[in-house]
Amino acid sequence: MANPLKLPTIPPFVLPSLVARLGARLPQWPHSVNLALALNAAKKLGVLPEDSLQELEGRYFRVTVLDTGMVAEFCYRGGSFRPVFVSPGQPDLHFTARLSAFLQMVSRQEDPDTLFFNRSLSIEGDTELGLRVKNMLDALEWPQLAWQGLRPTFLGRG
Amino acid sequence: MAKPQLVCPAGSLAALKAAVDNGADDVYLGFRNDTNARNFAGLNFDDKSLAEGVRYAHQRGRKVLAAINTYAQAGRFADWTRSVDTAANLGIDVVIIADPGVLDYAAQTYPDMRRHLSVQASATSYEAVNFCREKFGIQRAVLPRVLTLAQVENVIRHTEVEIEVFGFGSLCVMNEGRCWLSSYATGESPNTVGACSPAKYVQWEKKPDEMDVRLNGILIDRYGNEENAGYPTICKGRFEVAGETYYAMEEPTSLNVIEMLPEIIRIGVAAIKVEGRQRSPTYVAQVTRNLRQALDAAFASPDSYKVKPVWAAELSKVAEGSQITLGAYNRPWR
Repeated sequence: MANPLKLPTIPPFVLPSLVARLGARLPQWPHSVNLALALNAAKKLGVLPEDSLQELEGRYFRVTVLDTGMVAEFCYRGGSFRPVFVSPGQPDLHFTARLSAFLQMVSRQEDPDTLFFNRSLSIEGDTELGLRVKNMLDALEWPQLAWQGLRPTFLGRG
Repeated sequence: MAKPQLVCPAGSLAALKAAVDNGADDVYLGFRNDTNARNFAGLNFDDKSLAEGVRYAHQRGRKVLAAINTYAQAGRFADWTRSVDTAANLGIDVVIIADPGVLDYAAQTYPDMRRHLSVQASATSYEAVNFCREKFGIQRAVLPRVLTLAQVENVIRHTEVEIEVFGFGSLCVMNEGRCWLSSYATGESPNTVGACSPAKYVQWEKKPDEMDVRLNGILIDRYGNEENAGYPTICKGRFEVAGETYYAMEEPTSLNVIEMLPEIIRIGVAAIKVEGRQRSPTYVAQVTRNLRQALDAAFASPDSYKVKPVWAAELSKVAEGSQITLGAYNRPWR
């Protein structure tokens, strides 16, 4: 249960600063498109609870990965996640962390409150929306099928 | 001497399964409304996840406890009785209640469903516990985290009601179940709306060198970039008092009793509770697994029991503020 992905233990790591410098110069839109696609796929699989999704309607999100220089922006509108290519201003919710912290959180190796308390994860914006999203992620129960699809990607088919 | 039950929290079905899979005897949860004291956005159980959770726990021989532990608000008593009805209809084993009116309803309507006195009832003496036994037939009382271990023992000696104590999790300031500080700042408190420092009043503000946290505009704390943060409650804020800025009421720290488990078993505690229905399945799994191992070890050989470093390390990591304390259990003053 602690690590349902059966991923290898993810240590806290920081990528070399060159990665972030290069990453920040690359176009960011593919990240936004990929993340929105992934979220819509999760929605289609039925792992995201409908009642919580309704509360996201019209809200605008940003995810920043510090040590890769990646920024993804998306919104939830008309019942699906859509990439945002031109920032309409301050997001309603902004998650910032290093890659290792995001991976630890997604793989359920670390608890998001712990990452927040020890300042590995920053959540800015609408606190209630942040709490709802956090609780939604916590409540996810991935169907076995979804794991099987995800594992090779995470593990580099190793 | 019986081994204390390990009572673990669940804010979602995933957390309930984590608790059961990692060795909880009992799992406690709340419904998606303000009848429980963790009424947070996106947390808790709807009817479908409840039915699945009860089935999952019962198949594995564990019990499910429903916290219906806020105080019924004027004109809305039916919302609380409906939660008791839901618990009974879904085959939940125990209701945890603080409000005397709700306790009375449960006792009259479902005499065979076990009733536990919630910590929110703030019963710290055996007289209070015995009163609730006499009037509402409670089988167990959860003691507030304000008593020393000797005081807990004294309560146990003078009552036939089972006594449950907190073993791990965030601490409440020394006025448990009353929660006036949140009310003062926001007009809302755990007992009235089911949340301390409701999220809609909380503002985290990141600046280049620091992060401020405010509750309804009141500055609670200001963290340096490397400093651990805590829950945004007034009782755990840093304030300027007589020219000094410090944790004037309570430090952001978690209770952890693993080092005193043999004593807790010896004095006859019936159950040990883990705080944290608002936390993730990861937290529930980590805390349950380590406490299960520690409790089994302490019960098997209390005299040679030693805290394993791995238990202490895993529990400290998930603690609020990454700090742990024995809280009131070993406070020298009364």
